[in-house]
Amino acid sequence: MVDFKNAEELLALCGQQGQRISDVMKRRECDLGETSMEQICSRMQQVWEIMRQSALTPLKTPVKSVGGLIGGEARRLRLHQNQGKSICGTVLGDGITYAMAVLEVNASMGVIVAAPTAGSAGIVPGLLLALQRAFQFSDEQMTDALFHAGAIGYLAMRNATVAGAVGGCQAEVGVASAMAAAAAVELMGGEPQQSLDAAATVLMNMLGLVCDPVGGLVEYPCQNRNAAGVANALIAAELALSGIHQMIPFDEMLDTMYQVGKRIPYELRETALGGCAASPSGCRFCH
Amino acid sequence: MSFISVFDVIGPTMVGPSSSHTAGACAIAHLAQKMFGGVLCEVEFVLYGSFAKTYGGHGTDRALLGGIMGFTTDDVRIRDSFKIAEERGIAYRFLTDEKETDVHPNTVEIRMVNDHGTQMSVRGESLGGGKVRIVRINQVQVEFTGEYNAVIIIQKDRPGVAAHITRALSDRGVNIAFMRLFRESKGEKAYTIVESDDWLPEDITGQLLENPNIQDVMLVQKR
Repeated sequence: MVDFKNAEELLALCGQQGQRISDVMKRRECDLGETSMEQICSRMQQVWEIMRQSALTPLKTPVKSVGGLIGGEARRLRLHQNQGKSICGTVLGDGITYAMAVLEVNASMGVIVAAPTAGSAGIVPGLLLALQRAFQFSDEQMTDALFHAGAIGYLAMRNATVAGAVGGCQAEVGVASAMAAAAAVELMGGEPQQSLDAAATVLMNMLGLVCDPVGGLVEYPCQNRNAAGVANALIAAELALSGIHQMIPFDEMLDTMYQVGKRIPYELRETALGGCAASPSGCRFCH
Repeated sequence: MSFISVFDVIGPTMVGPSSSHTAGACAIAHLAQKMFGGVLCEVEFVLYGSFAKTYGGHGTDRALLGGIMGFTTDDVRIRDSFKIAEERGIAYRFLTDEKETDVHPNTVEIRMVNDHGTQMSVRGESLGGGKVRIVRINQVQVEFTGEYNAVIIIQKDRPGVAAHITRALSDRGVNIAFMRLFRESKGEKAYTIVESDDWLPEDITGQLLENPNIQDVMLVQKR
């Protein structure tokens, strides 16, 4: 049985057999889920297709959210980029566009894949699609990247939290960005240790981020923060791939994030009683 | 605790906007309709806590109604569930209860009536990330998640019933993962919930009902 309880054990499993994080995660899924490699890969392929749809549809056909706070942002970004005006460059520009698109679909009751939550669902597909477009990765490489992202998210669910109501936005957007960063590192040829360095970097850089949705809706500032999450993931992956090692390991950063999350006041944990939600403009949408 | 699958992390695939307030709500109602036989005629949803405060903007109402009609969390018909319920002749209403505060923040009580006039109420909690738990059936406290194949047995609190249940299951080669017994009070109505990794044979119901103290059996199979 392949299983791991923390990043240290995950790294040991990778090291023993010279395997990638995605390989270990796939074997764990087969073993504990009592299923076959073929089945889990085909299921992940379907997941990837839904992610892709949710990231691309709003570029052509924008939709207004149920709460009415967002809609059309992804299309604006795409037009801006197509006019050659982007200051972000291709990968970041694409990544934030796709991420905002997914949140637009989510807020209009379209179909998305929670990764790890619905409110943070744009970051993993956003960055991965941008990398696929820039570097022409195969869909199989992309599904491997999703298994890798899943390994990081699993550790966060197991050993900390991914609920904004428990740990703030750092637990949702922060963890999603850590998942995306780690997967990006493997995709670009990095080692398992570098992936975990990237994930730790994201948690460090987004530490303390509060969850303060205007009107209690998964719309604003959630959509903006998904774009910010892509940027954070990209920065962390770049640092790791250049060989910068982090002195605080992922397991410790995850626990740090959790401890900080529990100390975030109640008003700033998805209750819509503080932060952006309590600003005069945000408050016009209070219940 | 069941293992955390990669598809719990990269998933669920769902209609937005919230894994707890939309997907979770749908999942609770979906479980409730699996437990309830006959054709659903009337349904009433009582929303508590955060559900009561924010259900409109999260589509919690549409997700609950979709779930009770058998839609899964990724079914786009959830968006049109009011219209579909009307077409199917299902009378529905949503009530909020903000007085009862001693509940999980995302709680719903679902009261159902079928074409035979049979009533049933199910209370569920949405725990985050689309995970849910059923905590009451007809006012009796229970606990199950729908993550396993389950058989729910309504019985009289009498000696020998549990033995009859385990014998019936072992006769059919069903391996029990969890088995719990809940009762209203001594000698009154009781509930046994058995969860298994294996698919439960549909005709186990008949065998279980052979015991006169067993009043009803519900099979809630995993998808």
